[in-house]
Amino acid sequence: MDPENLRYTQEHEWLLVEGAIGTVGITHHAQEELGDIVYVDLPRAGTQLTQANPLGSVESVKAVSEIYAPVSGEVLEINAALADAPQKLNEDPYGAGWLVKLKLTEPAQADSLMSAAEYQAYVGAEK
Amino acid sequence: MTSASSLRTTPLHSVHRALGARMVDFGGWDMPVQYSGIVDEHRTVRSAVGVFDVSHMGEIEIRGPEAGKLADFVTTNHAQKLKIGQAHYSGLLYQHGGFVDDILVHKVADDRYFLCVNAANQEKDFEHIRAHNRFQAEVEFSSPRYAQIAIQGPFARATLQKLTPVDLAAIRYYWFTDGAVAGTPARIAHTGYTGEDGFEIYVPPDEAVRLWNEVLRAGAEFGAKPCGLGARNTLRLEAKMALYGHEIDASISPLEADLAWIVKLDKGEFVGRDALVKQKERGVTRKLVGFEMCARGIGRDGYEVHLDSAPAGWVTSGSPSPTLHKNIGLCYLPASRAHAGQPIQIIVRNQPVDAVTVETPFYKRAK
Repeated sequence: MDPENLRYTQEHEWLLVEGAIGTVGITHHAQEELGDIVYVDLPRAGTQLTQANPLGSVESVKAVSEIYAPVSGEVLEINAALADAPQKLNEDPYGAGWLVKLKLTEPAQADSLMSAAEYQAYVGAEK
Repeated sequence: MTSASSLRTTPLHSVHRALGARMVDFGGWDMPVQYSGIVDEHRTVRSAVGVFDVSHMGEIEIRGPEAGKLADFVTTNHAQKLKIGQAHYSGLLYQHGGFVDDILVHKVADDRYFLCVNAANQEKDFEHIRAHNRFQAEVEFSSPRYAQIAIQGPFARATLQKLTPVDLAAIRYYWFTDGAVAGTPARIAHTGYTGEDGFEIYVPPDEAVRLWNEVLRAGAEFGAKPCGLGARNTLRLEAKMALYGHEIDASISPLEADLAWIVKLDKGEFVGRDALVKQKERGVTRKLVGFEMCARGIGRDGYEVHLDSAPAGWVTSGSPSPTLHKNIGLCYLPASRAHAGQPIQIIVRNQPVDAVTVETPFYKRAK
């Protein structure tokens, strides 16, 4: 269920690396844990993010949850459609529910993240 | 995090797991927070029928010739005024007027009262009642003898009626009767914690799984779904029903919590009465009031509330309202300002967000 071509964090974010560009989202497991998502707070384009520091937050009916940057980088673009349609995070976390695109400043950081198989084992052990 | 093995479970635990429910630690109990989703379950209760496992709730029975006297001595409402087969909402208080718990009192017979109490408070409640028992009455901790299933929504009666020979239309709101449900002896109460019409049935634990399945099967034609504690919370908040640990606790009195209607000061002596009489004379300094967010943001439990740019109170419960499509909540404010129409600010993650106090309940079902 978690795409093979992505890298994953222990905080349940995913990262897609395409050259020097990284796309970030939250995992299927994360959206399931959160439940009905009502607000998404994202940084402005141009913001410098540092790996493992807060990137923004996602708020569901039951709770608020911080999102952390899987890697360091500069925000190039945010998914503006989420402002009016936050439910996309529940419906399509690996597609239409993406959060931000980053220009990677330290691309090697991606290697430290989990593979899909490692992430599935991690989620399985957490349960 | 508490390991799952140390959490208490209800007789329906395996059913929740099999249904794929998301489970949470609720006051030491491993309980389903949601199945299909909080909003979906919430709407199911408002428009069809939802089925909840509330077996974690505790039961305490008071029996004996002076059962009514003890019930009245430890609760705020007038227990002995209940008719046989009638129930009411009430408070168990400490001497200083704060809540031990909020409870439902059912009068089964002149010498028998049946209390439904909060899961996390049940042992504390039992000890509290026993400690004040200076009457010819016995207090029994009865929780192990009961599982409880709540059937809530406009089609709750039609659902349950398929399973019982008892004429449910004859049971008035906040009345109850003992009868068979799918062939099993049950206490059938016309009560609930959702603001919707519905019933709560108290059944033997070893029959709980079968009855749960029977109820869902009976309700299938009306769109019945299993519902978790997440929807139970948003439903009770819309109906402005208190949740222990949020609107009320040991530091809060019923007069502050806008629950003066469950306090009968003229019924005679009871634990906490003197403190309430004094508080009433002096006037309460803080009071519970409802609010709606005016700007983007949700005022959640524990968030600070500002009046005139200064801290003045706190949020006790807050959530998006699936019925009203607004972000609603309850908060404590200085009593002089705790009326509808008061502009306030709620500090949401260090940012003040505009809100306004409103009349409650937020939702009232059409009768």
